[in-house]
Amino acid sequence: MRFAPHTEDDVREMLATIGVASLDDLFEEIPPDLRLGRPLGLPPGVSEEEILDDLADLAGRDRATDRLVCFAGAGAYDHFVPSVVWALAGRSEFFTSYTPYQPELSQGVLQTLFEFQSMVCELTALDVSNASLYDGATALVEAVNMTRSGERSRVLVAGGVDPRLVATLRTYGAGSGYAPEILEAPQGRGGVPADVGPDVAAVIVQHPNVFGVLEDVGGFAAAAHAGGAELVHVFDPTSLGVLAPPGDLGADIAVAEGQSLGNPLNYGGPYLGILAARIGHVRKMPGRIVGETLDVDGDPGYVLTLQAREQHIRREKATSNICTNQTLMAIAATIHLAWLGPTGLTELGQRCAAKAAYAFAALTAVPGVRAAFPGAPFFKEFAIRVPGGAGAVRDALLERGFLGGVPAPWAGPDVLLVAVTERRSRAQIDAFAAALAEVVA
Amino acid sequence: MRTGAPVRAQGPPTAGSIAEVSRPGRSAWSFAPLDVDPVDLPPEHRRALPPGLPEVSELELVRHFTRLSQMNHGVDTGIYPLGSCSMKYNPKLAETAAAMPGFSRLHPLQPDATAQGALELLWRLEGALCELTGMARATLQPPAGACGELTGLLMMRAYHEARGAPRSTVLIPDAAHGTNPASVRMGGFDVVAIPADDRGLVDVEALAKVVDEDVAGLMLTNPNTLGLFERDIATITELVHSAGGLVYYDGANLNAIMGRTRPGDMGFDIVHINTHKTFATPHGGGGPGAGPVGVVEELVPFLPVPRVERGGDGSFRLSEDAPSSIGRMHGFHGNFAVLVRAYAYVFMHGADGLREVSERAVLNANYLAALVRDVFPLAQPNERPMHEFVSTAADLKERTGIRAMDVAKRLIDLGYHPPTVYFPLVVEEALMVEPTETESRETLDAIAAALRQAAEEASSDPDVLHDAPVTTPVRRLDEARAARHLKLRW
Repeated sequence: MRFAPHTEDDVREMLATIGVASLDDLFEEIPPDLRLGRPLGLPPGVSEEEILDDLADLAGRDRATDRLVCFAGAGAYDHFVPSVVWALAGRSEFFTSYTPYQPELSQGVLQTLFEFQSMVCELTALDVSNASLYDGATALVEAVNMTRSGERSRVLVAGGVDPRLVATLRTYGAGSGYAPEILEAPQGRGGVPADVGPDVAAVIVQHPNVFGVLEDVGGFAAAAHAGGAELVHVFDPTSLGVLAPPGDLGADIAVAEGQSLGNPLNYGGPYLGILAARIGHVRKMPGRIVGETLDVDGDPGYVLTLQAREQHIRREKATSNICTNQTLMAIAATIHLAWLGPTGLTELGQRCAAKAAYAFAALTAVPGVRAAFPGAPFFKEFAIRVPGGAGAVRDALLERGFLGGVPAPWAGPDVLLVAVTERRSRAQIDAFAAALAEVVA
Repeated sequence: MRTGAPVRAQGPPTAGSIAEVSRPGRSAWSFAPLDVDPVDLPPEHRRALPPGLPEVSELELVRHFTRLSQMNHGVDTGIYPLGSCSMKYNPKLAETAAAMPGFSRLHPLQPDATAQGALELLWRLEGALCELTGMARATLQPPAGACGELTGLLMMRAYHEARGAPRSTVLIPDAAHGTNPASVRMGGFDVVAIPADDRGLVDVEALAKVVDEDVAGLMLTNPNTLGLFERDIATITELVHSAGGLVYYDGANLNAIMGRTRPGDMGFDIVHINTHKTFATPHGGGGPGAGPVGVVEELVPFLPVPRVERGGDGSFRLSEDAPSSIGRMHGFHGNFAVLVRAYAYVFMHGADGLREVSERAVLNANYLAALVRDVFPLAQPNERPMHEFVSTAADLKERTGIRAMDVAKRLIDLGYHPPTVYFPLVVEEALMVEPTETESRETLDAIAAALRQAAEEASSDPDVLHDAPVTTPVRRLDEARAARHLKLRW
C-alpha cells in the first residue's frame, strides 16, 4: 500500500530538475558507514484489505465493553457518545488540520476551541480555560506547576485522589523538584490538612474522589487559603449538571479527565485534559489559549494568544513544554456539551447518580458484600468490599459477561470500585448483582 | 493564475458563536427513560444554577460545526507544507482500524487476559519502532512528542543519578524547536545552547569546548532544523559519550531517513518519534499525537511503567515491575487509538514502503527547492536539504519591503496553505517548507508557481501582498489586540 503519487517519469524528470542522477544521490550526505546497508527487518508492505484483516484479528482477540457489560470506571467511563459528535469532529477539515498557525485558514478550529474554553468556564464557574492538555493526570501536573514558585514548593494531596494521578505527579515531580505528600483519608474521604504552612504551593482534592465519594472541597479550600496555598480541584465533568462547580467551592485551579465528554474508551487514550483557573492565573497557564480579536476590516476573528507563555517563543522560560495537545478531543467535547446543553447535562448527572444508588443498594444487599465506606455520599461510582479478594471476584464476573469493576488494592485486597453510568439499565444492574451473588456464594 | 483561498467565505450568513444560536428550552439530547428511582444528592453538594451551556437543536448543532469545519484547511483540502510538521496524507483505513470495537471500546483497566489483541499490537509496534530507530526497547506511553522529550530527559536524569553522579546541563543547538529547551527545564536541567557553524551544522569545535562532566546529554534532530544532515554525527555522539553524557534524538525529522540510516547507528541513546508526522496519524487541529520513546539497552531499566511484556507462554501483560523506572508519564497507557493508526501505517508500508516514503519525501523537498531557490534563496545554499528546506525572504525584504509573512498571506489568496514562517528563529525571514511525499509533482509545480508569482508581485504590485488575504472568512487578525484585550470566552 503506497500513497506517494510519483510515476517513474515523474521521478526521472524531478531528479533531472534537481540535477542529480539517482534517488541515492539525494542521500549522499549520510556518511557511508552510517548507512543501513540492508533492508529494515520488517515484513514487506501489504494491501489495505490485508492490514485491516490483521487489525481485525487483533481487535477480535480483545473482549471489550461491546462484549462485556461495563461496571469499570476509576477514571475512564462507558458513557453514551451521540452520533453527531464524531460525524462532526470527524470532518476531515478538523481531523486532518494542524495547529492553527495560519489563523485565516483555521477559523474553524480556533472558534471551536474558543467555544470549548467558554463551555469549560461555564461548567466550572471559573474564569479561563486553555485549549486542552493530554489527559486528566497530566492536567493535574500542569496545575501543580502553575502553583509552585520560590519558597512555595510542597504539594499536599488528599488521600482520596486517584493513585494513578499521584504516580504521574511523582514522575514529573522528579524533574521539577517536588514529591507529592499524601494526606490521610479516614473512611475514604476528608483529611483536610490542619496546618498549611508557607512552604505549601498547592493542596489537591479530587471530588468526587477515587472511591466516588463526595468531598468537602470548601473545607480543603479554606485550609489551603488560610496557609496562602492554592486549591486544585480534580473534578468529573459529567457531575457538573448536578454538583456544585469548582469555582463555587473555592477552587483556584480545576482539572479533569474529559474522556466522558464524547470520547470512546480507546484503552486509555486519546483522552482530554481539561484545565480552568481564575483570571489571575492566566499568564501561568500552559498550552494553547484562543482569544477573540478583530481583523483589519474590524470583523471579529480568533487567534492563538498569550503565546509569550509558550515554548516556541519563551523556550526554556515557558510555562510548559506542551505543543501538540488534544484539540480534536476538545472539539468532540464541545459538540457533546452543545448536544447535552444545561438540561441534558443535568439529566445525565441525575441518571448516573440514580443508577449508581440503585446498584449500590443491589450489590450491598448481596450476602457477604458490604460498603467499603458506609454512609459516605457518592456520585456515579462507589467502593464495596467483596469476600475472596477483589481481583478474583472481578475475574469470576468476567466469565459471566461483566467487567465488574476495578480492584483498589491500595485500599485493601477486598476493595472493588464499581462505576455505573447512564448506560446501565436496571436489568443489567439486577443481573450483575445476581452474578456477584453467585461468585461470592 | 487562478486564485482563491483553500478556505473561503461561503454559505449563508450565520450567527457568530453557538451561544448566539441558543434559545431557552431548545435541546438536542435524548436518554432512555429512567428505570430506577431518582435520588437526591446531599443539598450541600448540589449545583444551584445550571451551567450556561448552549441550548440548540441537533440540526443547528450540525450546521454550526459543519460551517466551522468549512472555515478550516486540512490535508484533505490541499497541500499543507508546514516545515517540521510532515503534514502528509492521513490514510482513511487507519480510521477503520481505530474504530474497531475491540480497540475503541476497550477499558484501560481491563484485565490483561481480555486485552490480548491490544497488548500484542503494542508489542509488535514497539518492536517495529525499535528496528526502525536502532533501539533496544521503547515506551509507547507519551501522548505527544514534547512529552516524549521529557520522558527521555527524566530517563537521562535517572541514569546519571543511578550512577551516583547527577549532572545539571543539557546541550541544545540554537536552532532547536522550542519544546527542547522547555522540556530540558521541566526535566530539572539547565540549557546550554550550542551554535551552528557556517554550514548550518553543529559546530563540533564549539561543542567540544562545552562538553564536560556536568553535561547530562545533548538533544539533536538529524536531519537538523534546517533540513540538513549532520554529517559529523558520529563524531558528535562520540564526543558526548566520551564525557559520560547521553545523546537524545528528536524524531521530528525522521521522515527523511527511514530505511537509509538509524539514530541508533549514529550513536543516539534515546529516540522519540512523532506519530502524527512520520506515521501520518491525523493531527486533529493540534492533537492528539503520540510520542513513543526508544532507548538503548543500558537505559531500558528506566523506561516508564506500565510496560508491555510477553510471558513464557506467549501471552502479554502490562507490567509495573521495574524498580528503576522513572514511573508513569500518562494517566493510562498513552494515546492508544493513535498508536493503532501508527501500527496500520507502519505495517501497511513495511520495510520497502517506509524506505520509499523517505525517498519520495526527500525527492519532493529537493524538487520544490530547485523550483524556487532562485527567488527564495536557501538559508544554506551550499548544502543539500533532505525532507524539508529553509528559504529566506531576507533579500526580498531588503529589495521590496515585503516580508515572509506577506508572502505567506498572498499564497493563501493564490489557493495554498503557506509554509512555516519565522522558524527556525536563527534564519532571518525564514520560510520553512516541507511538502511531504504524498504531494504530486503537479501540486509542487503549482505551489512553486504561486511562490514565484508572489515574489514577482513584491516588486510589481506590493499592495496585493500587503492586503492579503482577501479571499478568506477573516482577513489578517490583530494578534497584539488579542493579547492586550483578553477575550478568552463568550
